[in-house]
Amino acid sequence: MTIQQKIPGGRPLDLSRRSFLAVAGGAGVGLVIGLKADPALAAPSGAPVQFNPFVKVSPDGAVTVIVKHLDKGQGVATGLATIVAEEMDADWATIRTEFAPANPALYANLAFKAQGTGGSTSIANSWDQYRTAAATARAALVKAAAAEWKVAAGEIKVVNGVISHPSGKTGSFGQFAEKAGDSAEPTAAPQAPQFKEPKDYRLIGKEGLHRVDNDSKTDGTAIYTQDLKLPGMLVAVVAHPPKFGGKPKSFNDAEARKIRGVEQVVQIPTGVAVLARNTWAAIQGRNALEVEWDDSAAENRGSDELMAACKDAVSKPGVATATNAGDAEGALKGAAKVIEADFAFPYLAHAAMEPLNACVELKDGGVKITTGAQFQSIDLAVASKVAGVPMDKVVIDTVWAGGSFGRRAVPTSDYIAEAVMIAKAIDGKAPVKLVWTREDDMKGGYYRPMYAHRVRAAIGPDGMPVAWHHRIAGQSIMTGTAMEPMLVKDGVDDTSVEGASNLAYAVPNLKVELTTIKAGVPVLWWRSVGHTHTAHAVETVIDELAYAAGKDPVEYRLALLKDKPRHAGVLKLAAEKAGWGEKLAKGKGRGVAVHESFNSYVAQVVDVTIKPDGAVKVDRVVAAVDCGIVVNPDVVRAQIEGGVGFGLGAALRNAITLKGGEVEQGNFDKYKPLRISDMPHVEVHIVKSEEKPTGVGEPGVPPIAPALANAIFAATGKRVRDLPLGDQKFTSV
Amino acid sequence: MIKLNINGEERELDIAEDTPLLWVLRDEVGLTGTKFGCGVAQCGACTIHLDGAPVRSCMTMAADAVDSKIVTIEGLVAETGSKEGKAVQAAWRALDVVQCGYCQSGQMMSAAALLAGNKKPSDADIDSAMNGNVCRCATYQRVRAAIHDAAKRLEA
Repeated sequence: MTIQQKIPGGRPLDLSRRSFLAVAGGAGVGLVIGLKADPALAAPSGAPVQFNPFVKVSPDGAVTVIVKHLDKGQGVATGLATIVAEEMDADWATIRTEFAPANPALYANLAFKAQGTGGSTSIANSWDQYRTAAATARAALVKAAAAEWKVAAGEIKVVNGVISHPSGKTGSFGQFAEKAGDSAEPTAAPQAPQFKEPKDYRLIGKEGLHRVDNDSKTDGTAIYTQDLKLPGMLVAVVAHPPKFGGKPKSFNDAEARKIRGVEQVVQIPTGVAVLARNTWAAIQGRNALEVEWDDSAAENRGSDELMAACKDAVSKPGVATATNAGDAEGALKGAAKVIEADFAFPYLAHAAMEPLNACVELKDGGVKITTGAQFQSIDLAVASKVAGVPMDKVVIDTVWAGGSFGRRAVPTSDYIAEAVMIAKAIDGKAPVKLVWTREDDMKGGYYRPMYAHRVRAAIGPDGMPVAWHHRIAGQSIMTGTAMEPMLVKDGVDDTSVEGASNLAYAVPNLKVELTTIKAGVPVLWWRSVGHTHTAHAVETVIDELAYAAGKDPVEYRLALLKDKPRHAGVLKLAAEKAGWGEKLAKGKGRGVAVHESFNSYVAQVVDVTIKPDGAVKVDRVVAAVDCGIVVNPDVVRAQIEGGVGFGLGAALRNAITLKGGEVEQGNFDKYKPLRISDMPHVEVHIVKSEEKPTGVGEPGVPPIAPALANAIFAATGKRVRDLPLGDQKFTSV
Repeated sequence: MIKLNINGEERELDIAEDTPLLWVLRDEVGLTGTKFGCGVAQCGACTIHLDGAPVRSCMTMAADAVDSKIVTIEGLVAETGSKEGKAVQAAWRALDVVQCGYCQSGQMMSAAALLAGNKKPSDADIDSAMNGNVCRCATYQRVRAAIHDAAKRLEA
């Protein structure tokens, strides 16, 4: 496949696979995904020299950073490029980026020991690896210059891509790329060199670096899976069973075949696929199909019945115990003041802007997939199995993804598997682009699970908590997946209880129980996973305890966070910047929440207005984040702003519901996303830190719903426990 | 055969009259900057200009655009593009509005159309004009700021 991408102000790049060197031992080389416009790059250049799996230098001076993680908007391509440019002392203007091919031996996420993107691990797991790769490449360039100039390597300086010696000799990266490449040994684990001191950073933590994908995503030239067009390609749209677990029994395609452009209709295990010469014909063809479904193994329950099962489970002792410190039940019995709170959380769809899709070519006994691949290790295994070819015959090229929020990392690789099934069903006679419509995407499952919580918490005579008894019930994300052995222990799926089982507050008697509910609705991690619900329960109950104790909610939390300096740090910063403690007018409310997820700490203060009709308007969110060393401050701010918006949409009005096993929402008319008129003003403050960097893709999400609920309480005296808020009206006090 | 004027170019296309413009632009003409998000005019990712007005190309039939000037993101930011388009693009770049980027062509088309009719939009004007453009990354705060920034650039 060849994609021509126009460099703004420069020459078009030939992105055919052959134009790049193969990575040592690698299956293939990814597409160039972003680059900085610079006149220096306009000159014709020879083949780039691969220094190691992560860094290439072209004779024209371009430094290409190979990005092992999917960038679905979170800015990891920019982050990894910044780390490399810093440690190489490269000129930022010469940096380009390219997605790594699927090759777990070279490109595993060191946090997962598998190639994949998630859990806000990208920068954290890549930090030492990419610094090492960059420092190694820099050392090789210096060595080559030293040899040519016949000087000691230690006398050579590198500043902004210029190699120089006190004698007056200077040279560029490009000039020494080939010589340095000769001596550079491509290896997955170069020797650990001496890294730069943070005080010497000129890119990391600095303002003013633009995202590497800023230009191409602003002028419409960035290529997503949806935009791929291969010679002879057919577009496939699939009729899926209306209930999870359903299967096609028989179909009539007489009307579908009459549609101009429709080429073929095939039955596959997941439905009936219409293949056409263009997308519109495939959609029309799919709509014209008559399919009879076999629902004998399908999930027939609706969300009301499933929620009733969750509610019933939390009214009884949990099947498994996640945490048991002290004697929570005993302490509750003797306590003066006990608070009981029940919570309900619905299924949630990821609903990324780019509906799911994948391109598949079967040829030469192998399979080639191009998509926004987020979990390559699993995608490789699934594609190999479905296609019936050995794993080393599977090539996956990654392109930009129009969002994911977790949905493109699927333990079953559902959408990739389906694309391969279709390519196989037509004997690989043409490349296939599988396109899910918005309805397919929204009804296609893999939701944030539905959960019920019951919390009973008590305070002592001094108002401080003495017991916390927390029950959670819902489906397990990890059970039945390859991750089960790692993340499910003694019947506890950690992703069902994380954020509650490791309660940050000092409570002497703590018990967290879990009952896992079985249902046929596919579930999955959704931006910030378990914290999406546990933070809401924990942070609204702690707020309730503070009010019950007659104490200020910020002071109360700080008193319980004495041993948690990073929680306390963000809480203090957000409170101070928000003007916590000011008197607010009637009809206004201010609430706070603080939560750690994925080793990053975020506090948010939310201001709301109760409108005359009783509806809630979110006016402002002041956030503070501690994510260790900040690689790109503007990307951090963007992720927290976006996390606030993503979580707020869900808190206000999102829910996937089922009736008789069928999903009731199909598009944005019924699953109403946050719109610009709902978006509050968001301020983000970053804690200065020299701790190792941690992630920011997810941690902005968990605090927003509880901070909002706590603000509504401050304004109205009413506790919001069930999400979403929906059409509830409030009266201010 | 249908004749369409796309980004200033006359094109003759062998397509059914009721084909949505979205698919004509993307699949027939190869202008993939206009995105498919929902197919039912709920998200705005497919926003284009029809004689300067922002329309959802997923719900506009090719036949309805025959005598109109169609402009896509590619035409908006090209050398021949509008001054509003250039200001919007410059502001978007300056503020790093994009995250996943998938909705941004549509956002910019709506923003340029707003500025063509309102030189100095308030936040409320922006919210009203941009409410049909969904961004699941929630870049809305920067969209607002970038529109104000573009308005300033147009003043200068």
